[in-house]
Amino acid sequence: MSAVFAVILVESTSQALHIEKLILQQGIESKMIPVPRHLSSDCGVCVRINVSSIDITRRIIAEHKLEHVTIEVL
Amino acid sequence: MRLDHKDNNYHNKPDGLIYLDNTATSWPKPPGVARAMLNYIDEVGANPGRSGHRLSIKAARIVYSLRESVCSLFGFDDPMRVIFGLNITDGINLALHGLLKPGDHVITSGMEHNAVMRPLRNLEATGVEITTVPCSRLGMIHPEDVEKEIKQNTRLIVINHASNVCGTILPIHEIGSITRKHNLLFMVDTAQSAGVLPIHMLEDNIDLLGFTGHKSLYGPMGTGGIIIGHRISSEDIRPMRQGGTGSRSEHEFQPSFFPDRFESGTPNGVGLAGLLAAIEWLTDQGLEVIRAHEKMLTSKLIEGLINIPGIDLLGPKDAERLTATIGFNIRGMEPSTAGLRLDEEFSILCRVGLHCAPAAHMTIGTFPDGCIRFGIGAFSEEEDINKAIDAIARLASEVK
Repeated sequence: MSAVFAVILVESTSQALHIEKLILQQGIESKMIPVPRHLSSDCGVCVRINVSSIDITRRIIAEHKLEHVTIEVL
Repeated sequence: MRLDHKDNNYHNKPDGLIYLDNTATSWPKPPGVARAMLNYIDEVGANPGRSGHRLSIKAARIVYSLRESVCSLFGFDDPMRVIFGLNITDGINLALHGLLKPGDHVITSGMEHNAVMRPLRNLEATGVEITTVPCSRLGMIHPEDVEKEIKQNTRLIVINHASNVCGTILPIHEIGSITRKHNLLFMVDTAQSAGVLPIHMLEDNIDLLGFTGHKSLYGPMGTGGIIIGHRISSEDIRPMRQGGTGSRSEHEFQPSFFPDRFESGTPNGVGLAGLLAAIEWLTDQGLEVIRAHEKMLTSKLIEGLINIPGIDLLGPKDAERLTATIGFNIRGMEPSTAGLRLDEEFSILCRVGLHCAPAAHMTIGTFPDGCIRFGIGAFSEEEDINKAIDAIARLASEVK
């Protein structure tokens, strides 16, 4: 079965909220969720998106020169 | 005038009470402030940025929205670099203690508050060199006098945007240009000017902007902090405290990124929710509308006081060159006596003494006795000023 979701892993909650806003401006729906344990032992949050939004999200991240941001498919 | 305060009965300001201590803290607050704080307690409640559940995220959104509002208010472009703390003193301490090292030279003015002078004097004992540029008796400073003091080891210029003693506005834009020309860092104390005067961090070349929430931003006490500009990296400033941030929990070392590096521990979510509502109110009213209202009342107060025999009015006697803070003395009456009588006999609340600013009082010639200070706010009314003038005339007439 192919993956439905991916998560944007960030450094902080503030950065997660920043990215959530940037992608929403491009019409990308997302949801803030706790970081899945298998991806990181961090106790913070990440931004969940549909896998179909990965490419445009990568472009937004690059355009805004956001550092320390990675996208992982769930 | 469309200040939104006549048609609400929210605050409990007793009839007849005249609050002229807005320079210390603004009061009353706009009605939405307490509502937002109550809503946070009752409906949000969770710890911002500490958990992934809906209420924690809701709380984090409030704090993040405030970062954006603060950026917008001060002409800055990166919400991550807005650092919240207890108040402006906390923010100034973080910047000065975190940034300066023995051998660095700092230039400041003769109109500073102790929020700047005490950390600087403390740092002086560790080998930081301090130069205080004298100001005129009206509290004015010439930017060229600041430039003359620049040396090879000068790292930072710190200026109080507006005096908390006599309201004098200092020329931060011009001083900011000088700091950029010499590739120095520029820090501004906006305790008395934030929410009153237009401030543009990028255009004014400000690298460190200290702000407080509870004065002219009309938020609650326990809010404020510092904005750190793009020319300073997070590693350039040592955090004042270390601890939990809700991020990088697998590490026992402090994160290096903004804002978490400087915001350990649970923030004042309730207060920050109140400040967000306050800035929304301020923006909705319009800074220029409030400024016009305060200028009108300040002019009226100056005009009234200047015509009373035996009054020494301090600072520039021109509302254009002042924030709405007026310092003065009644010849032959100690400020403390005047303050007590104003409270007990006239229900006028103000602050007397040295206002935590001995340097400024030395500059304007009122040290060590201090002065009487009236601080006008957005909710002050013409009738308050008329009554205050009458009260001062009465007190002055009783002095032999």
